[in-house]
Amino acid sequence: MAIRRTETTSRSTETGRVRRARAPRDPRVRAGRALRVVTVTVLAVLFLIPFYLLVRNGLATEQDITAPDWTFFPRDLQWSNLTEVFGDPNLPMARALLNSTLIAVSTTVGTVLLASLAGYGLARIPYRHANLVFYAILGTLMVPAAVTFVPSFVLVSSLGWISTLRGLIVPTLFSAFACFMFRQYFLGFPRELEDAARVDGLGYWRTYWRIVVPNSRPVFAAIGTIVFIGAWNAFLWPLVIGQDRESWTVQVALSTFTTAQNLNLHELFIAAAISIAPLVVVFVLLQRYIVAGVERSGIDD
Amino acid sequence: MRATKAAAGTGTGGLLARLRGRQNRNLWFWAFVGPFAIGLALFTYVPLAWSVYLSFFDAHNTVTPTDFVGLDNYTAMLGDDAFVSSLGTFLLFTAFIVPATYVLSLGLALMVNRLRFAQAFFRSVFFLPTACSYVVAALVWKLSIFNGVRFGLANTVLGWFGADQTAWLSTTDPPWYWLVIVTVRLWLQAGFFMILFLAGLQRIPPRLYEAAAVDGARPGWQTLRYITLPQLRATSVAVVLLLVINAFQAFDEFYNLMSDARGYPPYARPPLVYLYYTALGQEQNLGLGSAGAVILALIIAVATVVQARWFGLGRKED
Repeated sequence: MAIRRTETTSRSTETGRVRRARAPRDPRVRAGRALRVVTVTVLAVLFLIPFYLLVRNGLATEQDITAPDWTFFPRDLQWSNLTEVFGDPNLPMARALLNSTLIAVSTTVGTVLLASLAGYGLARIPYRHANLVFYAILGTLMVPAAVTFVPSFVLVSSLGWISTLRGLIVPTLFSAFACFMFRQYFLGFPRELEDAARVDGLGYWRTYWRIVVPNSRPVFAAIGTIVFIGAWNAFLWPLVIGQDRESWTVQVALSTFTTAQNLNLHELFIAAAISIAPLVVVFVLLQRYIVAGVERSGIDD
Repeated sequence: MRATKAAAGTGTGGLLARLRGRQNRNLWFWAFVGPFAIGLALFTYVPLAWSVYLSFFDAHNTVTPTDFVGLDNYTAMLGDDAFVSSLGTFLLFTAFIVPATYVLSLGLALMVNRLRFAQAFFRSVFFLPTACSYVVAALVWKLSIFNGVRFGLANTVLGWFGADQTAWLSTTDPPWYWLVIVTVRLWLQAGFFMILFLAGLQRIPPRLYEAAAVDGARPGWQTLRYITLPQLRATSVAVVLLLVINAFQAFDEFYNLMSDARGYPPYARPPLVYLYYTALGQEQNLGLGSAGAVILALIIAVATVVQARWFGLGRKED
């Protein structure tokens, strides 16, 4: 990944130099370039508006938000909104954040562990029916999880797992998609490294943990962050399973107040801003890996 | 193929080593794949099978029904206008969101790719909405941008130009709610697909553009039409497939934008919202809901195979 990135930047500066040497006199090219910069800037502002609104409304008083005349930013920032939202007995914000954290972290760890082991086994351990197993796993990709929520609800409710963390976590741990991505990656893992380990007398298990995993950290980070974002933002499954207030995730709590019950706008917006804060931090710190994960997920074959 | 290789490999060693080696391999294969495969079977195949079973029964509020009704649930589902119209809603939604996302994300990628400065910054800005959940985005759209009253952003901006206020989500003629629904998803997913297109653009060898320039192709529309788009074909196929599947699974933004204390309005119900209210609403009609889930699963499986075949056959021709 890192290698490809440097390659492309050097390539683009190269072509940039060629173009600069050839074209700057042409007014049409210059106009096109200026138009592009303007368009991109306008779109960037539009894309940032929702984030601006979250912060603006979250740190304003109720009167500021509902005032007929638009204020671009509240004159006095209401930091007390933060304490208010955590103190509101109607909105179980702290509990919801805790639930979301527990669910997202354990889903990420569990999914990556299970899917990477399975992906490695499918890619590297010769077994007569490996293809059959692989197609059985691939077949579930055809049936998206959103369509199976009714049958899965049936199963989870007969296990007695409604409104439990188990019910919210365990059924989501087996991602055929993650398994597929790991398998594709391990197929391209340099065999020489594994052969060297084999010569040293390591079996599959120890080769995997001592050679393969330490040399694949970027892929684990990429798939892990994608899974984490998906788990944190998941809505349908937590809505179906988390029926008691105690088992609400952040998304379900926010949704409840968006769709049905009345809550002060400033509280709802500061709660929403808090709910995306962890992901924005993850995004800023790990964007390299997330981009790699997205690119990996789009590879179709 | 892998199996034949394994068989060939075992033909050389001694009998004992061969047996042990083979056994070990099978054992290790299941040690690696087993936990995942068992979980997947338990939480995907078992519910699916159970659901098919339930769909032949009258299962109100129960998962162990006794009242066999044959295909009644299926005929009831397919005869239900609301179900059929939910499929229509999905088609309409797809007709809007797939081309819109395709064009916007490809356009963003093309522009960002050719920026001389701040490329990483703009890429991050367009990609950032991917971090946002549909719930939060719907909240902002519903309560701040398109809330339909005077302090909403859309009405404020329109007010500057002297336009009247619009109740975006409750106006059915013209159906302004579609604007709200489509823009939420457009904002959320355009950056994700932009990243896919950027990756595709960077795989195009620069010498193609150099050769085109030598041949006299004008930069701009001609190179886009004859080099960039054909080179992006594989990416485009993947993007369209993902967009259609995602549109079929749309639930979050519809549910959060449209439903309120009075429930969900009778219009703009995509299939999953309909299914949600049928299976898990007050009646908890799990038999009917299961029949609906089976029908939807079949539709999406067929649609995916057809699309893959269509594009796959096209690719073999190149």
